[in-house]
Amino acid sequence: MDCILIGSNVKVLAKAVQSLSRLGEELYLEPQENGLALRTVNSSRSAYACFLFSPLFFQKYTPPKSSTQRCKMVIKSVQAVFKSLSSLEKTVEKCRIELDIEKSRLTFTLHCKHGLLKTHNLSFQDSESLQAVFDKEGCANTLTAQPKLLVDTVLHFPPSLEEVRVSVNDERVLFRNHVEDEAEQSKAMMTEFCLSAEEFDRFVVNMHTCITFCLKELRGLLVFAESSGLPVSLYFDEPGRPMVLSLTDSVLEVNFVLATLSEEGQPRNHNSNMRRVSEPPITDDFMNDDVDYIIAMEAGELAGDSDWPEPPRHALTPPRLHGAAGDQQESSGECEDEDGQQGAEETPVEESGRPPNKKFRSLFFGSVLPTPSQMSNRTLQSQEVLASDSEDEDGSPSP
Amino acid sequence: MPLSTQSDQGDGQYVLVASLDNVRNLSNILKAIAFKDHALFNATPNGLKVTVEDSKCLQANAFIQSEIFQEFTIQEDSVSFQVNLTVLLDCLTIFGGSTVPGVTTALRLCYNGYGYPLKLFLEEGGVVTVCKINTQEPEEPIDFEFCSTNVTNKVILQSDSLREAFSELDMTSEVLQITMSPSQPYFRLSTFGNSGNAHYDYPKDSDMMELFQCTKTQTNRSVTHFFLINKGRFFCHQSSNYNHNHLHGFNSTVIPLSRYKMSLLKPSTKALALSCKVSVRTDSQGFLSLQYLVRNDDGQICFVEYYCCPDEDVEEE
Repeated sequence: MDCILIGSNVKVLAKAVQSLSRLGEELYLEPQENGLALRTVNSSRSAYACFLFSPLFFQKYTPPKSSTQRCKMVIKSVQAVFKSLSSLEKTVEKCRIELDIEKSRLTFTLHCKHGLLKTHNLSFQDSESLQAVFDKEGCANTLTAQPKLLVDTVLHFPPSLEEVRVSVNDERVLFRNHVEDEAEQSKAMMTEFCLSAEEFDRFVVNMHTCITFCLKELRGLLVFAESSGLPVSLYFDEPGRPMVLSLTDSVLEVNFVLATLSEEGQPRNHNSNMRRVSEPPITDDFMNDDVDYIIAMEAGELAGDSDWPEPPRHALTPPRLHGAAGDQQESSGECEDEDGQQGAEETPVEESGRPPNKKFRSLFFGSVLPTPSQMSNRTLQSQEVLASDSEDEDGSPSP
Repeated sequence: MPLSTQSDQGDGQYVLVASLDNVRNLSNILKAIAFKDHALFNATPNGLKVTVEDSKCLQANAFIQSEIFQEFTIQEDSVSFQVNLTVLLDCLTIFGGSTVPGVTTALRLCYNGYGYPLKLFLEEGGVVTVCKINTQEPEEPIDFEFCSTNVTNKVILQSDSLREAFSELDMTSEVLQITMSPSQPYFRLSTFGNSGNAHYDYPKDSDMMELFQCTKTQTNRSVTHFFLINKGRFFCHQSSNYNHNHLHGFNSTVIPLSRYKMSLLKPSTKALALSCKVSVRTDSQGFLSLQYLVRNDDGQICFVEYYCCPDEDVEEE
């Protein structure tokens, strides 16, 4: 893979890396036919982010001939390439990224002012593809706002705050800090921030709900959103189902998928077959990626992708997948359809390093290994779907 | 009760008297070489030379010409003493570091000679502080034998661009490799860190490059190690001229001449920050000379130079 970025796009890429670094420690680089994908996942697998830069983002984009040019590296090493973000625009004229897995070469070359040439040869590991299962169009609620609105909102919460609760009804959205213990609630400072529906560019609420998610990860997205100026869309429905934050423009698509805290005692639409499966201990070693495999699904693509065959079932976890648009599809029997793989499967995971009573769901599981042809099919389709998503006004799944 | 273990003398007995209207003209430049506690001061009628050394591999010198001082009186040809540089800098900046426009701290530095303390009179806004710092036996500074005739490659760069490169250097790399060559890549700084290697290339026709004189690419130096057993003790020497009588064996290793320990070069970034131009020179032995042109508050020119030995740690094959 060989690509060249010029001008302010170098800063955009650098900001994307910075944003990803807020989430995970490793950067997954995957050049695809439809562009270059930069992805990461956090250590507890409860948050995933993907930046997809279309070929138009680059001055020149040469995708790899084989689809196996995928690698991952320590994100800090990529950040080191783009030091001094603020002066990047002024100093860097051109950035070239070359990846050649066979020759074990990943090179970032920055052509700067005064003829200065900075060459970084980074070490990396081969990796499997990292993609998350999520369904934007199937979510009951969709909110779109200017990034400034969200930035101003999170500003009111202390930087140390881990989780935030968001509740919506037809008129407004409430942001509150989430306090774990009942005992702590009386001692902690409670902050509540209310935004009316009018402040949003788009406000579609089909389900009154209250979700809790990690604020740090939202902040990670806002780092990028603020500098890009692109409106941020939030897709979510019931607690426990992942929330998707999305930004798109003609050359870039950003998706952050965050797990939400599931409520105990809430009526669940899940099949009773759902059982708590203990996942292998979470390590930062992604060598067991093949176990934690995900099917990449963008909503419309799923619904319309008749080429998509039924993936093989994983032996360990019973992949009880939930249909898009909640379980309406399940009841209508679309579950049998290959397109029924929408939504995120919820396998509770014991997370290391977190208080024991947190119940964030892992987004990743199953071991579906799409064949290379399936992969390229899917990715080709996703480019079209991206366009249709953004044009889709009423939020209904694309045919 | 005497506060100092060294006795004091009257004004007329001073061997060295130096006055500055603005003490920052001295303290700023000393900060650029203050990576160790002790410094050697050597005053001659030409001015003041301050030397700081580290592990016999690195030497930094600051030159403040006599013209910089408002008064510079020296009774002997050469006056040398050693003082604690950290303490000296604390005294020079005793009125605080912040600059109020129009207000400067004046300095009068007096030294009686061997065995006497260094006396500093600092005055700001009518307030006078007197400091007496004990002096120590001056040590002979290392002579790197770096002379212009041995210089193989020389480059003069504007400090701005080098500052940018130095601030971005991968600190996980143990060495900094400086490659100077009459052909591509001309002038290159390389690091070899945990996440990979990085190269910063300056073309010879860059507008940041004021002078480019490279006669040949720095080659590797071959070093022969001689192993001896002498009185039951094992010695390892490296030299090309050695008495072979007690030789038990030898092997040759190739040492690239252009690598320098990052930890040694790190302090030079302070001097780089102050300077407007820097000259980078290497000699046939691979010794590195960095010379910084520093303009003080009054626009006068001072020099700071760093000498560094090439890194001799050879990785096991």
